[in-house]
Amino acid sequence: MALTSTPDGSDLSRALRKRPLSRPGESLIVLSLVLCAVVSIATTFAIVYVLFADAIGFFQEVSFWHFFNPANEWQTLFDPRSFGVWELVLGTVNVTLWAMVIALPLGLAAAVYLSEYAHVQTRRFLKPLLELLAGVPTVVYAYFALTFISDDVLLPLLGNQVSFFNSLSASIMLGVMILPIIASVSEDAMASVPRDLREAAYGLGATRLEVAFRVVFPAAISGIMAAILLAIARVIGETMIVAVAAGSTPTLSLSPLESIQTMTGYMLQVALGDAARGTTDYTSLFAVGALLFLMTLVLNVAAQIIVRRFREAYE
Amino acid sequence: MSAAETTTPEAVTLQAEGGVARRQAWSRASRYILLAATLLGLVVLVILGIDNAIVGIPSLDWDFLTNYPSRFAERAGIRSSIFGSVWVLVFTVIFAIPVAVGAAVWMEEFAPQNAILTTVRLNIANLAGVPSIIYGILGLAVFVRLLDFGPSILAGALTLALMILPMTVITSVEAINQVPPSIREGSLALGATRWQTVWRHVLPGAMPGILTGTILAVARAAGETAALIMIGAFTFIAFDPALSFNGLLDSFTTLPIQVYNWTIRPQPEFRANAAAGIIVLMIAVIGLNALALVVRDRLRRG
Repeated sequence: MALTSTPDGSDLSRALRKRPLSRPGESLIVLSLVLCAVVSIATTFAIVYVLFADAIGFFQEVSFWHFFNPANEWQTLFDPRSFGVWELVLGTVNVTLWAMVIALPLGLAAAVYLSEYAHVQTRRFLKPLLELLAGVPTVVYAYFALTFISDDVLLPLLGNQVSFFNSLSASIMLGVMILPIIASVSEDAMASVPRDLREAAYGLGATRLEVAFRVVFPAAISGIMAAILLAIARVIGETMIVAVAAGSTPTLSLSPLESIQTMTGYMLQVALGDAARGTTDYTSLFAVGALLFLMTLVLNVAAQIIVRRFREAYE
Repeated sequence: MSAAETTTPEAVTLQAEGGVARRQAWSRASRYILLAATLLGLVVLVILGIDNAIVGIPSLDWDFLTNYPSRFAERAGIRSSIFGSVWVLVFTVIFAIPVAVGAAVWMEEFAPQNAILTTVRLNIANLAGVPSIIYGILGLAVFVRLLDFGPSILAGALTLALMILPMTVITSVEAINQVPPSIREGSLALGATRWQTVWRHVLPGAMPGILTGTILAVARAAGETAALIMIGAFTFIAFDPALSFNGLLDSFTTLPIQVYNWTIRPQPEFRANAAAGIIVLMIAVIGLNALALVVRDRLRRG
């Protein structure tokens, strides 16, 4: 059949497929591109292998039940040692809780303002500025949490109610750090709410505030949930701020004024110490790391699933 | 009768009353409340910046930039950490960018549309969410211990390269996506092979996006501390890295690590050093972010 017989180009593409689309050496190039993609898969396997191989070594010394028993302390400095991971997990929960208490209202307010109130020009100017907050190196926030928030503000303000290393100073800086994540992801979700919904509400006499919080906000709730999960994942993986400012005393406490220790804080402490390879101190690093890895993985996957569902709803 | 009623000068006003007025007042006020909440984070940053400038600027002089670290706060400087940061970042880029762009090109231009591609995509999205300290553990186990590079510039650069790989792949994929399909089709129709099309048309078109993503990734790597401490880079360095292949195996320190070192010292004199180091670090990070914006605008117009 003649190529011109079908105007939809199917013959043309069939003809193009018959022609060699690559010169001899090019399959080698493609192979090297495949290898580049393999690096990312290999990284995942390497992370899982490294964490779990040594974590298994840890669990040969310390029983699974001991590790997850809330009654056990996390006490690795002197004998008798005890590896009850709940104290570290609760330290992480502590800073996450207070960071979210600070960042959630502010981040959502920023998202509503940028999406529903701000002029296009204002938004174009404000959004990159807000995102700069997420680009500040965390060691800088760590310095501010310790010297400014804790030393210059909280201690004079609260006196001896608050310890020098406290979870609140770390939480405040963590809150500032995740503000742009919550604001940016939620704003994207709110911006993709169809105009009709807003216009219908305005037509019924709703004010801008009511449209924002009773119409747009509920319609964007899945995107907002994803933003919250991503922000939590970011907080529990953050190391420098909590290692510097939150202290190094594992405690089962949700109080913002106490010195605590998070999972990441403990991991950095092991890295700075001189735990010999193969000792329980050293392998505990991998056990805690594996737990942290699983927690962030669950949060990230959950956020992705929610975002994908949400996209389908409006397309 | 009816005429009398219509002529009564009953003032007609659009001013809402009662409940409606209250709702409108709330709505009007909400604009300023929400704006204030939006700006609060930035205000905190500005206050911290001013406080930091007051504490740090007196220490920020030529000696501070060119001295090695020291036990004495007034003599300590950031020479070795600037060298270390630049060296590590240069090699991070050399290791990460070709691999990231290669992976992105494969995913967008060559990969079969099947489950393998979906797996690679999901994998990269998840790697992007892995905390940096986990990359530090990976670097410690693989580069420092297994391959026996020690806590060297090479191990640090490879660790940071793996850390920034997912985000550079994602931005490169987006950049390649932005290149219109008509350009590919035109090139293929004129007889170019698929690789020639990618090399001569797709990659040049995607360059602004790739470059912007690279600069932002470097900004992130420049501030990274936890992963490098994890591989053992928290050390006292009082020499410049050797400009040779063996220099790659020298131990190193970086600017964020030096800031951390001064932050956790109990002596208050070091607070000024940390603040001065932060000024240098922030100039670098904000400079890189600004550069990324400029590059994107320039190349897009050109």
